[in-house]
Amino acid sequence: MRLHVVTGKGGTGKTTAAAALAVALAAGGRRVLLVEVEGRQGIAQLFGIPPLPYAERPVADAPGGGRVFALAADAEAALLEYLEMFYGMRRAGQVLTKFGAVDFATTIAPGMRDVLLTGKATEAVRRREGAARRGGREPADRPYAYDSVVMDAPPTGRVAQFLNVNAEVAGLARVGPIRNHADKVMAVIRSPQTQVHFVTVLEEMPAQETLDGIAEVRAAGLNVGSILVNMVRPPLLEAPVLAEAAAGGLDLDALVRGLKAAGLADPEATARGLAEEVRDHAVRVAVEQRIRARLDEVDLPRLELPLLPDGVRAADVGALGARLAEQGVGR
Amino acid sequence: MSAEEAAGAAAPGAAPGGAPVFDVDALLADRDTRIIVCCGSGGVGKTTTAAALGVRAAEHGRGAVVITVDPARRLAQSMGLTHLDNTPRPVPLPEADGAAPPGTLHAMMLDMKRTFDEIVEAHADPERARQILANPFYQSLSSSFSGTQEYMAMEKLGQLRQSGDWDLIIVDTPPSRSALDFLDAPKRLGRFLDSRLIRVLGAPPATGAFKLLGAGVSMVTGIIAKVVGAQVLSDVQRFVGAFDAVFGGFQERAERTYRLLQARGTGFVVVAAPEGDALREAAYFIERLRRDRMPLAGVMLNRVHRAGVPGLAGDAALAAAAELAATGEHPLAGAALRLHAERARVAARERLLMDRLAAAHPEVPAVEVWARPEDVHDLAGLAEIGRALAGGAER
Ligand SMILES: Nc1ncnc2c1ncn2[C@@H]1O[C@H](COP(=O)(O)OP(=O)(O)OP(=O)(O)O)[C@@H](O)[C@H]1O
Ligand SMILES: Nc1ncnc2c1ncn2[C@@H]1O[C@H](COP(=O)(O)OP(=O)(O)O)[C@@H](O)[C@H]1O
Ligand SMILES: [Mg+2]
Ligand SMILES: [Mg+2]
Repeated sequence: MRLHVVTGKGGTGKTTAAAALAVALAAGGRRVLLVEVEGRQGIAQLFGIPPLPYAERPVADAPGGGRVFALAADAEAALLEYLEMFYGMRRAGQVLTKFGAVDFATTIAPGMRDVLLTGKATEAVRRREGAARRGGREPADRPYAYDSVVMDAPPTGRVAQFLNVNAEVAGLARVGPIRNHADKVMAVIRSPQTQVHFVTVLEEMPAQETLDGIAEVRAAGLNVGSILVNMVRPPLLEAPVLAEAAAGGLDLDALVRGLKAAGLADPEATARGLAEEVRDHAVRVAVEQRIRARLDEVDLPRLELPLLPDGVRAADVGALGARLAEQGVGR
Repeated sequence: MSAEEAAGAAAPGAAPGGAPVFDVDALLADRDTRIIVCCGSGGVGKTTTAAALGVRAAEHGRGAVVITVDPARRLAQSMGLTHLDNTPRPVPLPEADGAAPPGTLHAMMLDMKRTFDEIVEAHADPERARQILANPFYQSLSSSFSGTQEYMAMEKLGQLRQSGDWDLIIVDTPPSRSALDFLDAPKRLGRFLDSRLIRVLGAPPATGAFKLLGAGVSMVTGIIAKVVGAQVLSDVQRFVGAFDAVFGGFQERAERTYRLLQARGTGFVVVAAPEGDALREAAYFIERLRRDRMPLAGVMLNRVHRAGVPGLAGDAALAAAAELAATGEHPLAGAALRLHAERARVAARERLLMDRLAAAHPEVPAVEVWARPEDVHDLAGLAEIGRALAGGAER
């Protein structure tokens, strides 16, 4: 698998999961490119570094000498790059920028914007070491420049459209570089080398969006990889206690006796408060189980990342990557 | 409970740092309140809050309508909404205390494409409307442009307001990551539609617009045509031609609706979850409302976690649990104490974040609503959120 597209409902942890996936895939001395496409500098924020330029920069090391590079893909910069590559129009680019024409063109043809962005990622997938110039023929005997590319993609609601490049350019120029380019992009995205992963949390709406998104992505003829359940809370109580509590049958007397034994003040009132907490927790766990059961209905590999109590800092990305590696990513 | 009592009580419902309590019931009961806008960043509970305010408003005898955008499926079903539909439908409210609520609630799910189509149909003669609706550029503009949903939410609000049929209109805002999008996107879209380049494209060659901009323009449009295809450009051209004749300045239209939001009788409810990002967004939004002289009614802090035994500190609970574990007895109490420690930790972190917002904006009324262990998916759940909103998080 060489191109991993990471999507999910907003805020479920796409950027975080994509970065962790990149680290896991880079373990053992591999080179991985992490690409963001929404112009939000989410990767820079996650790694606590200055905004990324439109260039590939190392952002993290992985165990065994692996390296993760990152790129903030930008449709306007990509368009100027193509103009230069195919028409040799470097100066024209300045005029276009001055008139706001690049922004304008990508606005009136949103499909083109998407193709330029997916194009950056797929170009990196195909690129070989020592290729004469980008966009030229890739020397097939050379190793790939990146072992894998991970894309921090748009959210679930937009991802099928975003990746369905052919449909996106259907209304655009029928000949010319963009069209040629779209064919190449689609070939990579449709190929078995590419998988779309869905990040979700154990809540109703993100899970529903995941199921809808999987159906849409499949309908577009693309491959779904795994469901990555993020922010999983560790089980704090054992199943029998939870079952009792959910049924409202928690043994309050036993609780009071325990609190007395621990020498806590006001054991009766404390026990009532604690019992309420346990009941809430039990209901929550039951809800999460129901959601897991719904996710089970689609037969896909499942990955999990724990909820980090203090949020994710740059230093945590490696640990999250290690959790994915433990679950078989990169093997 | 009066606002003063609520603020004085050390109950968790009271906003911290002496900030005033957001008296939601007073806002709803005030007949001069005609529009309530719920905004905030994605996933914080805007839609839920808008619907809960609607239910509560009906309990206050108001004739309310809620414009929802992208409601959770089960919640929509519970309100009798099964598909995108621009017509407000009556919501069958359950009896409260054995009596039907004195007011009424209607709800609709915003269909942005249809709203746009209806504006076109209302303003253009049939032939021109047909041309516009069939135009590929219009179709992409009305169905997938960023900003269109925000724009159409405002349009719908304007229409319902103008109809005069509604005593109280509650608007939910589109699920964007930034709360500010609701205010900015319509103008951004208007600016684009009125932009220099699109004007030039719309004008026949060799007219004033071309001369004005000089020779660079034909080169620019030439390159654009090469890149996006001549067909796209001519679609845009035809669209602008037809559209202009009907609407004149688009930006002006956006600005008119914007002014409605500044009018008396409008109140913004900023919804936030007690998390860093959501609270930062809320703070930006509060500052923006002030700058634009838009009336902020209050902040709703939603999905707040609380500890069931506020007096028991997390470390004390952990120490007690360790003591019990050492004896090997009372496993239930040990487990409950560990769970409590975890909840106390979460509650303390959330409190700290909320205190920061309150310290930065001490004059802004706020109310807290607890995180329910289950999502809000029926009318009873909405009524409960409504009560929590009104009672400052008591249960
Ligand atoms: N496993 C985790 N444990 C704790 N916090 C997490 C975890 N994963 C993500 N987060 C936090 O959740 C928030 C959202 O994560 P992230 O930015 O990765 O989501 P996203 O899906 O990329 O969001 P957006 O839709 O805005 O791009 C961040 O504050 C992040 O630190
Ligand atoms: N106080 C609450 N307790 C528990 N769940 C809540 C609460 N408020 C909202 N939710 C749930 O959170 C999810 C997102 O809410 P929603 O209103 O759709 O957010 P938004 O409109 O801001 O994106 C829904 O599943 C909703 O039921
Ligand atoms: Mg992100
Ligand atoms: Mg919503």
